[in-house]
Amino acid sequence: MNVARNVAGEVTADGRTLGGTLMDLRNITLRFGGVTAIKDISFDIREGEIRAIIGPNGAGKSSMLNVISGFYNPQEGEVWFRGDRRGPMRPYQVARLGIARTFQNIALFDGMSVLDNIMTGRLTHTRSGLLDQAIWWGKAQREENAHREKVEEIIDFLEIQRIRKTPVGRLPYGLKKRVELARALAAEPKLLLLDEPMAGMNVEEKEDMSRYILDVNDEFGTTVALIEHDMGVVMDLSDRVVVMDYGRKIGDGTPSEVRNNQAVIDAYLGVAHD
Amino acid sequence: MFYREAGDFKTRYADDAQSFPIAFDRYRYYAVMVLALGVVPFIVNDYWANAVLLPFLIWSVAAIGLNILTGYCGQVSLGTGGFMAVGAFACYKLMTAFPGLNIGIVVLLSGGVTAGVGVLFGLPSLRIKGFYLAVATLAAQFFLVWLFNRVPWFYNYSASGQISAPERTVFGVPVTGPNTDAWATYLFCLVFLIGAAWLARNLTRGAVGRSWMAIRDMDIAAEIIGVNPLRAKLTAFMVSSFLVGIAGALFFSVYLGAVEVGEAFGIQKSFLVLFMVIIGGLGSIFGSMAGAAFMVLLPVFLKNLLVGGLGWDTALAAHFELVIVGGLIIFFLIVEPHGLARLWELAKEKLRLWPFPH
Repeated sequence: MNVARNVAGEVTADGRTLGGTLMDLRNITLRFGGVTAIKDISFDIREGEIRAIIGPNGAGKSSMLNVISGFYNPQEGEVWFRGDRRGPMRPYQVARLGIARTFQNIALFDGMSVLDNIMTGRLTHTRSGLLDQAIWWGKAQREENAHREKVEEIIDFLEIQRIRKTPVGRLPYGLKKRVELARALAAEPKLLLLDEPMAGMNVEEKEDMSRYILDVNDEFGTTVALIEHDMGVVMDLSDRVVVMDYGRKIGDGTPSEVRNNQAVIDAYLGVAHD
Repeated sequence: MFYREAGDFKTRYADDAQSFPIAFDRYRYYAVMVLALGVVPFIVNDYWANAVLLPFLIWSVAAIGLNILTGYCGQVSLGTGGFMAVGAFACYKLMTAFPGLNIGIVVLLSGGVTAGVGVLFGLPSLRIKGFYLAVATLAAQFFLVWLFNRVPWFYNYSASGQISAPERTVFGVPVTGPNTDAWATYLFCLVFLIGAAWLARNLTRGAVGRSWMAIRDMDIAAEIIGVNPLRAKLTAFMVSSFLVGIAGALFFSVYLGAVEVGEAFGIQKSFLVLFMVIIGGLGSIFGSMAGAAFMVLLPVFLKNLLVGGLGWDTALAAHFELVIVGGLIIFFLIVEPHGLARLWELAKEKLRLWPFPH
């Protein structure tokens, strides 16, 4: 039934090879009571790309991300992931399919250390049961150490070695954002959703974060979908951009296409009424 | 010999993740174990066992149980007394129905029965949170006590409505009934406390514990990173009730010997265990034991001080004891809201820098 709209192997302008369709959203409509947050939106995310969703405040970007991560189930439309149609699901089931995300307002577990927070990212990969863990020696301990090794790789990658054992409550904002990214990466997701990864950061922190996102995409081959308000960052990072306004899609394409799209310019700058 | 990590290099993640990563701590822990298992049984007498050690051991097991539910998984429960009653009555029914069954196995099975009941009463936690869940568990408390009072099958149709424990032995040594020795009951309960602490530590250090704490700290984020909230909450209720049930079975069979349900497992016991957990420290196994020690030892200590030391009238002392314990609880909560376990942590942090704190 699923007709992939994109074929793997296409080469971008800057010489990167794109994959086939990873996620396909078809005619998504999401309503809250009488309010329609998303109206008939379709777009796709290709394997290995960085896909940005932009739009003015209240455009429905976060709702869109919540639909992808299974937090909301849309009233109409289809969500296809890796060639299968996804029925209504609970968020934890979506997480097990290989979709991880970060939050606009940091959602770390304040009572736990940085290491434990990142280790929670490995929960979807845990195979030992309650009894194994109660006994601990053997299967559970072996698994724990394997997860720890994976997590230490990510800690090295994001350069947060020295705060490993610090309770997350004591960390400054920028580092919390990085720990949250680490937790999402620990799940080894096929698709990584970032909800405003650079909100409230200074230029230096934004540069760091941008570098990490590019490196994640490059080294792990993780597909990234992100919402961001900083246009400079969006245009530099992303391969393709979806623009939303009032729950509708008003533009879709490469950064330069979007930048010259009249509807997008109108939405951001306003239209002159005569 | 100093208390610090410096110079103690770990080369494997397993070493880094052990319960007592600091060598000094590890030796202290071994020393406590040797003392508890190898020295105390030889010097313990009836007074110490019955007034101090048995209540401390049994309430510690109950507090560890409640701490898993409330401290680690964030689900407030006021049903602890009711679940202890389930453990006690399961123990009684098993003891009388299968007289040949070893008492250790009976106690474990009682814990298993309580775990099942706990899961049943944990089901509402999926829809309701916080204070509302506390009220729902309060319903469990009253319902269970009412059930054991009203249905004669549970107390084998005895005229008084009481249940009393027949004599059972472990390796030929009686641990329940009227003819027990102090050291035997002490060791029997100690084994269960060590088992409970070991189980709780294993479960809270790994994936299951992280999923509980994730639910506690932020349930929405926990679900989005892949924690099944149904599973996490129900396993917490299950493990918690298992330990609370074991505590109830021990409280009835080893400590009291005969029990009237409304008196022994009333709502005040639920609050007692909750106080232990809060004063000891939420989310800490050591804290559970510290809280149990505080709530069990302090009244005994005050009684000895006021009656024995200052020569007060017994009735007056009994009343003042309540006032002083209440006052101390408030004092501790104001000085350190995170409980005795946090004070212990702070002391250890200071010790790391001692003697050169700057």
